[in-house]
Amino acid sequence: MKIPLRALLLTVLGIGATFGLDPFRNYQLATVAACFAAVAGLTVLVGLTGQLSLGHAVLMAAGGYGFAFAASAVEGPWPLALLVGLVAAVAVAGLLGLLLGMAAARLRGPYLAGLTLALVIALPSAASTLPLGADQGARAPFFAVPEALAALIALEQWHAWLAIVIAAVAVTPLVMLRSGRAGLRMRAVLDDETAARLSGVDPGLVKAGAFVASAVPAGLGGAILAIATQQVTPGGYGLAFSLLLVVAAVVGGLGSIGGAAIGSVLIVFLPWIVDELVAAVPSDLGQRLDGNLAVLLFGAGLIAMTLAWPGGAARLLDRLRAARPSRLATPTTTTER
Amino acid sequence: MDRFVFLISAGLARGAVLALFALSLVIVWRAARVVNFAQAAMAVTAVYAAFAVTAATGSYWAGLLTGLAAGALLGAAVERGLMRRLPAHAPLPGIIVAIGLVMMLQAGLAIAFGPEHRPMHPPFSERPFLIGGVPVLSPYDLFTLIAAAAVMGALALLFGRTSLGLQLRAAAFAPETSRLLGVRVPRMVTLGWALAVATAALAAMLLVPTELGLNPHAVDLLFVNAFAVAVIGGLDSPIGALLAGVGVGLLVSLVTGYASASAAPLAVLALLTLVLLVRPGGVFSAKEARTA
Repeated sequence: MKIPLRALLLTVLGIGATFGLDPFRNYQLATVAACFAAVAGLTVLVGLTGQLSLGHAVLMAAGGYGFAFAASAVEGPWPLALLVGLVAAVAVAGLLGLLLGMAAARLRGPYLAGLTLALVIALPSAASTLPLGADQGARAPFFAVPEALAALIALEQWHAWLAIVIAAVAVTPLVMLRSGRAGLRMRAVLDDETAARLSGVDPGLVKAGAFVASAVPAGLGGAILAIATQQVTPGGYGLAFSLLLVVAAVVGGLGSIGGAAIGSVLIVFLPWIVDELVAAVPSDLGQRLDGNLAVLLFGAGLIAMTLAWPGGAARLLDRLRAARPSRLATPTTTTER
Repeated sequence: MDRFVFLISAGLARGAVLALFALSLVIVWRAARVVNFAQAAMAVTAVYAAFAVTAATGSYWAGLLTGLAAGALLGAAVERGLMRRLPAHAPLPGIIVAIGLVMMLQAGLAIAFGPEHRPMHPPFSERPFLIGGVPVLSPYDLFTLIAAAAVMGALALLFGRTSLGLQLRAAAFAPETSRLLGVRVPRMVTLGWALAVATAALAAMLLVPTELGLNPHAVDLLFVNAFAVAVIGGLDSPIGALLAGVGVGLLVSLVTGYASASAAPLAVLALLTLVLLVRPGGVFSAKEARTA
C-alpha cells in the first residue's frame, strides 16, 4: 500500500503547487507531466530490460491521436469524453507497443534502436498516408474549467491538474510493476537470458510485456499533451523530441522513476531558459542559437553522462539518501548497461 | 512503360548511394561490432566541409577530396576520443554516445551555417539521356554509379587482397589472437572507422546535389534507409549491403513513382519490420551462435 499512498501524496502536492504558478508556468507543468509519463516508461524499458527505444515519441503520438479521435467522437458530459479518450489512448499506444514488443523480443540492441528510429522518421509519412489529417494533424477536444471551479482557477491551471492526475495514474502502476515480481523478471532477463530461461522465465514474453508496460504511460503522456495543446500534429513528435526523451531518461539515470522526473523537468525548462537567454543576443546569431544551443548542450550532457557518470541524477539522489540511515532497504539494480 | 524504365534507372542510382552508405555501416560493424548511429551526422559534417571548400575555390573536385579527408579524420577522432573509452560488450552506451554526438553535430552545424537548405550543384548535368525517346540515366546518375562501383571495388580489393585488409579483418574477427600475432588492433579499429566515415561522406556528397540542398538533417533519411539496407543484407555482409541497397533503391523509386513520395518511408519500414521478424540476422548473414 506504500506506493499508492506516496503517489497520492505527490499528486496532492503537485496540485497544490499549481496555485503558486502563473498560467504559462502551469502550461509548462502540464508539459513536464506529459514528458514524465513517457520518460518513466522509457527509463523502465531501457534500465530494466536493456531495450533502447528511439521511438517513444511515436508511442506518445499514437496515444495523442487515439485520445483526440475518441474524445471528439463522444457526445456527452466532459468526464465521459475524457475517460473514453484516455481508454482509447491506452488501447492505441498499448497495441503499437505490443507490435513493437513482439519485434523487440527477437531483436538485440542496435536492431531495435534502428527499427524504432525508422518508425519515428516514418511518422510524418504515416500521418499523410493514413487518415490522420496530414501535417495539420488532428484537433483534440477542449476541456473547459468546470462551473464549480471557474471562479477559482484559470484554464491552464485546470489543464495542469488534469495532467498531474493522468500522469499519476500512468506512472503509479509502472512503479508497482518495477518493484514487484515483473521487475525481478526483467532484471533476470537483462542479466543473463539463458539463465533466466533455465529458471522458467520466458525472455520473449518479458521483453514484449515490458514494451507494452512502457508504451501505455507514453500513450497517456501523449493524451496529456493533446489536452494541454488541443491538437496532435506529426511535427510535434519528430526525431528531435524522441531523442529528448532519451536524454531525459539517461540524464535522470536509467531505470529510476525519480530520475525520470528530474529529466523531464530538465528537457522542458532548459530549452526555455536557454532560449530566453539567447533572445538577448542580437539578430542573426541569436536566431541561429535559438533552439539549437539547448540541443547542443543536451548532446554534450548525454555524452558526458555516459562516459563519466552512468548512474545519472538518480545516483546523486541515492547518495544523499545513503547519507542518512533509511528504515526500508529497497533492492537496487547494479547492472550498468 | 517509359515511366517504368525511367523509375528503374533512377532507382539504380539511388540504390548505388544507399548501398555505399550501407557499406559504410557494415565496415564499422565489422571493425568494432557497433552500429554507428552518428554516421549520418558525421557524414553531413564532412559534406559541409566539402561545401565550404567548393564555395571558396570554385572546384567541385577539391571539395570532394576535402569531404573525404574530413570524413576520415572525423571517424578517427570519434573512435579515438569517444568510442574507445566506452565499456566493450554492451551496445547501449555506444548508441547513447552516438545519439549525443548526433545532437551536438547537427545543432553545431545549424548554429555555424544556419538551418536553411544550401543548394549544392552537381558537377554534371542532371538532364537524363534519351534512348529511343525514353528518358533514362542522367550524366550525374552515371557518375554516381561509377563512383560507387569504383569505391566498392577498391574496398573489396583492400579487404580481400592486401595485407592491410587481412589485418583489418583479423583485428575485427579475433582481437586477442591478432594482437598476439603482432597486429596493432587499436590502430586497425581506428582505421576501420576512418574508412567507414569517409565512405559515408562520399555517399552523402553524391546524394545531396540531387535533393533539396544541404541542411544539417539532409542525410537523416539516407541513414534510416541505409540502416534498413544493412540489416536486410545482414550487418556482416558487404555483398548483402550491395544487393539489398539496389533492391531498396528500386523499391523506393517505384513506390515514389507509382504511389507517392510520402509512402516510401512506410514501404521501407514495412520491409525492415518484415525482414527483422522473419530473419532477424538479415538475409545474407551467417548463422548466429546458439544461445540456449
